[in-house]
Order: sequence, then C-alpha cells, then structure tokens
Amino acid sequence: MDYRHSDQVTAEAVPAAMKILVAGGFGVGKTTLVGSISEILPLRTEEVLSDLSIGVDDVTGVRQKTTTTVAMDFGRITLRAGHTLYLFGTPGQERFWFMWDELSYGAIGAVVIADTQRLDQCFAAVDYFEQCGMPFLVAINCFEGTPAYEPDEVRAALDLSQETPVILCDARQRESVRAVLVALVKHALQQVRVSR
Amino acid sequence: MSDPKDRWLDQEAGPIVRPYALTRGRTVPASGAYVGLIDMVVAEAGARLPAEARLNPEHRRILSRCGDPITVVDLAAEADLPVGVVRVLLSDLTHWGAITVLSAPRGRVTNERLLRDVLHGLQAL
Repeated sequence: MDYRHSDQVTAEAVPAAMKILVAGGFGVGKTTLVGSISEILPLRTEEVLSDLSIGVDDVTGVRQKTTTTVAMDFGRITLRAGHTLYLFGTPGQERFWFMWDELSYGAIGAVVIADTQRLDQCFAAVDYFEQCGMPFLVAINCFEGTPAYEPDEVRAALDLSQETPVILCDARQRESVRAVLVALVKHALQQVRVSR
Repeated sequence: MSDPKDRWLDQEAGPIVRPYALTRGRTVPASGAYVGLIDMVVAEAGARLPAEARLNPEHRRILSRCGDPITVVDLAAEADLPVGVVRVLLSDLTHWGAITVLSAPRGRVTNERLLRDVLHGLQAL
C-alpha cells in the first residue's frame, strides 16, 4: 500500500485530527459526556440489555439504564486553526477491551469518568492508562442525589499519584465537559514538560 | 434458535446483507497495513483505475466522500458502514490507486505546539 506519513505533508494541506479517550465503567456517563460537547450526534452502536447480559453487566445503582454502548462511540469538535478533536468512548465492558489498544494509539490523553457509588468500576481504566503511560485525569460525574465525596477522598480510594488531576463534573453540561477537557490537555502538556 | 417461520426479514430487521459480505468475506485489509481511526483519506485527483478494479456500490460510496481529506471514522459514519468494513474497502481503493491514506502519528502526542493549539482551541469554544 502507498502510505505517506502525515508529517511529510504541509500542515496547511491536511487538517490535524487529534483524539481524546473517554473511559469508565458501565453506565457512568461516557456517551452523555461525549454528546454534551460534540458538534455531531455521537455515532454509537448500542445493544439492548437482555436477560443474557444480566450477570455480565453489573447494573447495581444504574438508574433507568436500558442500553449499553458495546462497540464504539465518538464525537467531534472543530477547533480554530483547522484542528479537529475526536472524543472516543471506550467500550465499557471488559469483554470489549481488545479495542482499547487501537483506540489509544496517538491519543492526547484520557478522561476516566467515575461514579462514587461504584468507584470500583473505574479501577480497570485507571490501571490501563497508568500502565501505558498515557496522561489521564479522573472526572467524578455528579449525578443528582449522589453522595458527594471530596476529590481527595477519591484520589486516596483509587490510589492515584498527586500529579493525576481529580475533578468534579456534570457530564450533561457542555461548560463542565469543556473544563474537563481543558484540564486534561493542560495535564498532558505538563507531562510532556516533565519528561523533557 | 427461533422457528424459521417466525423470523422477521422485512426492512425493520435492518440490513440483511452481513457486513463482511460487502468485502467478500475479508475482515482484514489484504495489505495488512494498519489504518487508524483518525487517519486521513483523500481521493487521488484524476486517478485512472486499473482494468482489474471492481468497484462495488460501497467502494463508490466511500470514494464519493473523500474528495476533500476525511478521517476514517467520519467516512465510516457518513457512508454508514462499520469501521472494519471501511478498512477493507479502503485497502482495495489504495491498491487501485484511487485514494491515499495519510497516517496520523501513532505514538504519544509530545508536540507542545500542537497541544497548546488544542488547549487554546478548547478555551476559545
């Protein structure tokens, strides 16, 4: 196949596409977060929960959730200077993790969404990004009626390093999601400077 | 399994053709080359396809959308085809010289200027 590498092409000729991953447990708000800020409706492949999947998916504490994203889910944000930022929701269930490596290639970083009622659901994502050295932050999605925990309590519970940002967010609010992405890119920049 | 008589095969059932039938059963690109989700695809202007090129309607659907550079995911969404199918069809089109795939960087993003551009872009939204 005839492949050229993008850096052989002038930046003016081809717009730069970047990506950020959105991870976290089942039903934690990944699709909601992507949809809040994306300029397109998130492309998603959803499978209706059936009797078969009960027992596979832990639905304890999941409010009125009837479907789960099992394949891929992405949104797009056009930034000035011709850059396009893609947000990819990672498959929430462990049996779809074979897709994670591919999603991770060339990503700026990852947002791990946490629900304090089911904090254990994001252990796997935290482990994954720590292992592959990808910059990530933990965004605590504050649902109404969810008991509030301080970010420091969550940091301790997840055994995160001091450098890893932990912030509160509302995945339904565009401004809140934007703040999460800004914090992630700042963190990624910081990590690049530290490694120099 | 349900009784064959009970099977609903009207339009409500969704596409009856299995996705990989569109690729004649191939699930990975013939070249083995990896095509990333945010790699850019662009049609070769004025390309003359070789005589052996057999374009099916899905090839044409893809080709008609890459006059301007477009990412693989956007192409999949616009052509309404699974990404895996698009990858196989893109390898055919590349083989025939109809398109070029511009790979996005695979490694960690360490370009500070690019990260700052994204940061300022998000802040300006």
